[in-house]
Amino acid sequence: MTVDMSQFYEVFFDEAEELLAEAERLLLAIDVANPDNEDLNAIFRAAHSIKGGAATFGFMDMTEITHVLENLLDRIRKHEMALTVEHVDAFLAAKDVLEMELDGHRHGADVDQAQVAAVKTRLASLTQAEAAADSAPAADTTPAVTPAAPVEASQVSAHVAPAAALPPPADGLTQFNILLPELKEKDIANLQEELGLLGEVAGSKHESGRTLLTLNTDSSESDIVSICSFILDPDDLVITQAMVDAGPAAAVAAENAAGHVAEAGDTETASSVKVHEEAGYGLFAEEGKEAVEEGYGFFAPFTPHADAPQSLKIDDNTAAISQEEIAKAVASPAENVTAGNKNSATTEKNEKRNPARQEAGHASAETTSIRVGVEKVDQLINLVGELVITQAMIEQRINALDPVHHEALINSVGQLTRNTRDLQEAVMSIRMMPMDFVFSRFPRMVRDLAGKLGKKVELVTIGASTELDKGLIERIVDPLTHLVRNSVDHGVEMPDKRKAANKPEAGKLTLSAAHKGGSIVIEVTDDGAGLNRDKLLAKAKSNGLNVSENMSDSDVYQLIFAPGFSTAEVVTDVSGRGVGMDVVKRNIAAMNGSIEIRSAQGYGTTIAISLPLTLAILDGMSVSLGSSVYVIPLNLIVETLQPRAEDMKTVTGEGRMVHVRGEYLPVIALHALFDQETEVADPTQGVLVLIEAEGKKAALFVDALVGQQQVVIKSLETNFKKIQGVSGATIMGDGSVALILDVPALIQMGQTHNYLTGATSFANKAVQTISKEYTQ
Amino acid sequence: MNMVVEEVEGKASQGGSVAGEFLTFVLGSEAYGLEILKVQEIRGYDAVTQIANTPAFIKGVINLRGKIVPIVDLRVKFKMGKVEYNEFTVVIILNLGGRVVGIVVDGVSDVMQLEESQIRAVPDIVASIDTQYITGLASVGEKMFILVDIEKLMNSQEMELMDSVVMH
Amino acid sequence: MAKTILAVDDSGSLRQMVAFSLQAAGYNVVQAVDGQDGLNKAREKTVDLVLTDQNMPIMDGLTLIKSLRDLGSYQKVPILMLTTESSDEMKARGKAAGANGWLVKPFDPKRLIEVVQKVIG
Repeated sequence: MTVDMSQFYEVFFDEAEELLAEAERLLLAIDVANPDNEDLNAIFRAAHSIKGGAATFGFMDMTEITHVLENLLDRIRKHEMALTVEHVDAFLAAKDVLEMELDGHRHGADVDQAQVAAVKTRLASLTQAEAAADSAPAADTTPAVTPAAPVEASQVSAHVAPAAALPPPADGLTQFNILLPELKEKDIANLQEELGLLGEVAGSKHESGRTLLTLNTDSSESDIVSICSFILDPDDLVITQAMVDAGPAAAVAAENAAGHVAEAGDTETASSVKVHEEAGYGLFAEEGKEAVEEGYGFFAPFTPHADAPQSLKIDDNTAAISQEEIAKAVASPAENVTAGNKNSATTEKNEKRNPARQEAGHASAETTSIRVGVEKVDQLINLVGELVITQAMIEQRINALDPVHHEALINSVGQLTRNTRDLQEAVMSIRMMPMDFVFSRFPRMVRDLAGKLGKKVELVTIGASTELDKGLIERIVDPLTHLVRNSVDHGVEMPDKRKAANKPEAGKLTLSAAHKGGSIVIEVTDDGAGLNRDKLLAKAKSNGLNVSENMSDSDVYQLIFAPGFSTAEVVTDVSGRGVGMDVVKRNIAAMNGSIEIRSAQGYGTTIAISLPLTLAILDGMSVSLGSSVYVIPLNLIVETLQPRAEDMKTVTGEGRMVHVRGEYLPVIALHALFDQETEVADPTQGVLVLIEAEGKKAALFVDALVGQQQVVIKSLETNFKKIQGVSGATIMGDGSVALILDVPALIQMGQTHNYLTGATSFANKAVQTISKEYTQ
Repeated sequence: MNMVVEEVEGKASQGGSVAGEFLTFVLGSEAYGLEILKVQEIRGYDAVTQIANTPAFIKGVINLRGKIVPIVDLRVKFKMGKVEYNEFTVVIILNLGGRVVGIVVDGVSDVMQLEESQIRAVPDIVASIDTQYITGLASVGEKMFILVDIEKLMNSQEMELMDSVVMH
Repeated sequence: MAKTILAVDDSGSLRQMVAFSLQAAGYNVVQAVDGQDGLNKAREKTVDLVLTDQNMPIMDGLTLIKSLRDLGSYQKVPILMLTTESSDEMKARGKAAGANGWLVKPFDPKRLIEVVQKVIG
């Protein structure tokens, strides 16, 4: 029977990708001087898992690299090798190569063999360097091991100079090597004293710089752990049994969770296992070369415990077992138990850690999440959207009823409205993901880019748990990446320049996300050189853009979004993708968002992106213009009013303005912009909706206010195209279609329109005056 | 019919593989056919929301069971005959590879099954719709139908239904 | 009646492959994603065979094996370690923990079924 393995490939690819991302995250955050053991274990497990899967599914190129990685990581996590920055860099480079190879298998992408070779060399040299110091080949990682092969003493941690510290233990005693974590001298002394109560103890310096206590005792490991627990976390302890004198019985005793097998003991072990199996209960005695080549084997079968975990009872039939072996066999379970205790302590700590990790969204455990196709979620959201529309229609009809006569019905509809709102919120939240999904890629990118440019940049992220709709998250990645690269590339100055300006050598780049009203605000702030207003104006002029010296700062800064406006872009990897600031702005606008720039020369720049929380639902105010109804996003409305004649002014060259509490706002007549007929030509007969976007204010002149409601946004672009001034459409309670106004665009269009009409009327006046003069 | 037709002798396949089922419709005084597979439904003309700053032949959008669908009046676009909107006005809702658009026509006739033998390639026909969108000329009995590649037509620049360059 | 096997491995793709292969051979398979999950599932229902990976988060393979052996119901249930190496050290630890045997990764499905059949038929 053949099993088609390829059906599991996709799962492995996803798994490997997640593991690589997690490993990178941990590597970037790790403290090289004092690495967290749990993190090292996690990184090790990632490499180990990928290796296993890659080998099973035949991706040998990945197996090669993960094998070396695994070796290095294993030694590092056992403290046989110290973690250095070179290690971290090499591991990150290996991660890149693995990702590349993964892509190669998954999508048929090209794999740069030179890069692969380079990483292999790097990893090999790291392995050699430590191997020389260690003088121990990694014998236990080769799959085919003959029973008699010696296992080097230094394979297991804490095996340096213990022999010198303490004589070998007397019979009945065991020698433990206890490697302590970093502790105060006082604590170490106390600990040593306490342990001295258990037996003979000696302290020495381990190669890692930490203290190693060697103890000859008849107590169990768990006793040692209990004593140490007063002063430190048991997980930070590494307890191993020192190499014990060769002898079959002792060898068997040494075979437990923390120990390893001595050479002489090895052969004995092999033969004793064999013996058991040969005298066994009908299971195959497959120990020895044969089994190893076949890749599996069996120990003697188990007989039931009379009372767990006291004895490893061996059946009387196996006459070849010596008494000593039985005695030692009885002893080992006890030690197994203590090892078990240690492990359960580890378990608890892991359990505490893992929920936190899971919350961060990295859990691949199937028990806590379900994979659902995006299309299903989208369909669900669409259906809920339709439900909202239907519910709005019902509400509308209800409003026409007499509340007294239809009280019950009205109450029920009210209930329906609440239920619908709750359902809507719950469904929308399915698609919400934390910004961390976007932010997480930046530490690596900033590190690499800054390194390449010779700059020092510190990245700070705030509000990574702020949530945003998945669709928007995906679309914000590219623009945000461009902005971050820009900040590192052009914002942050070179270290010497910063020093000269009395700034810290390392530039600070802050990424933040926060909810503000119905939107999410994402900011990219650097404490770099800031924008140079004059330079921008000069560049704009030379590009032929219409600019004036009187432009406000914020307007000048917005110039960088003009197409073709890069000021000496250094060609970096991403620039090649054709992403310019103008595309950034376009992308943001396409998401119904807006982008604002604040800057101070010499101090830095902040680029603030404001996005609606979701693309699908909007709180809007509906207004009428002629026979049409339009919807204006509520969050962009400052107020609505009907102006008095004395508040209206006409300014030459700028069109009509309205005076509101000391401010003059330009009046944008929607009917003019949209070339639509209306009977209301005079603002004093209509309504002015004061709108604000991207720092600019204006007064939109429409016929009347219709109402306020939550609407489901429908895209015009699905079947049609983008219309200037319109950001989408919606279906009103009566089934008719209403267009949703694009406020920032309208403000811009209004400015241009007023400017033109103002200029025209100015020109007209000029012509009139001149002709008058002529005819005079 | 006031069409100048120059029949070109040639294999029917010269006009592209056009055999299949066609919906026939009338625009002005011309009879056209388009692939039935592209037709989603046929409706009357009703409640169209105007869109600002669009050419006259784009009437606006409608609510088609929750979807926003643009409506194009081909009679206006190709300047054919009298343009009226009444209870007899017909809108063909097309589904072009996922995009749903509606076209206003003067009327629809039958759905016809056409064999290759009934279709001729007609490069020099003079019709209101440009020849680049015409895939052939079908003759059924005494009637003649101009077969239109409706998808190519609706996706073309001149129909202004799609974003060519994003303008801001 | 079909025998039930508990497969414990944190690697989803491997676990699924094991489950699929064994199910195709007629066994029922219960999956667990780490040692703790394995122990929980083992308690819920006593299976006929346990296959467990070694390196897993929360609770590793050796600890799982020992914990299973502490349960009265699992004294006679065969447990096989799935391991990436077959060193004596590994074998010794496994045996001491209470495993009945081992199977080296990577293995192909045929080998897996062969071994399983040898143990529980």
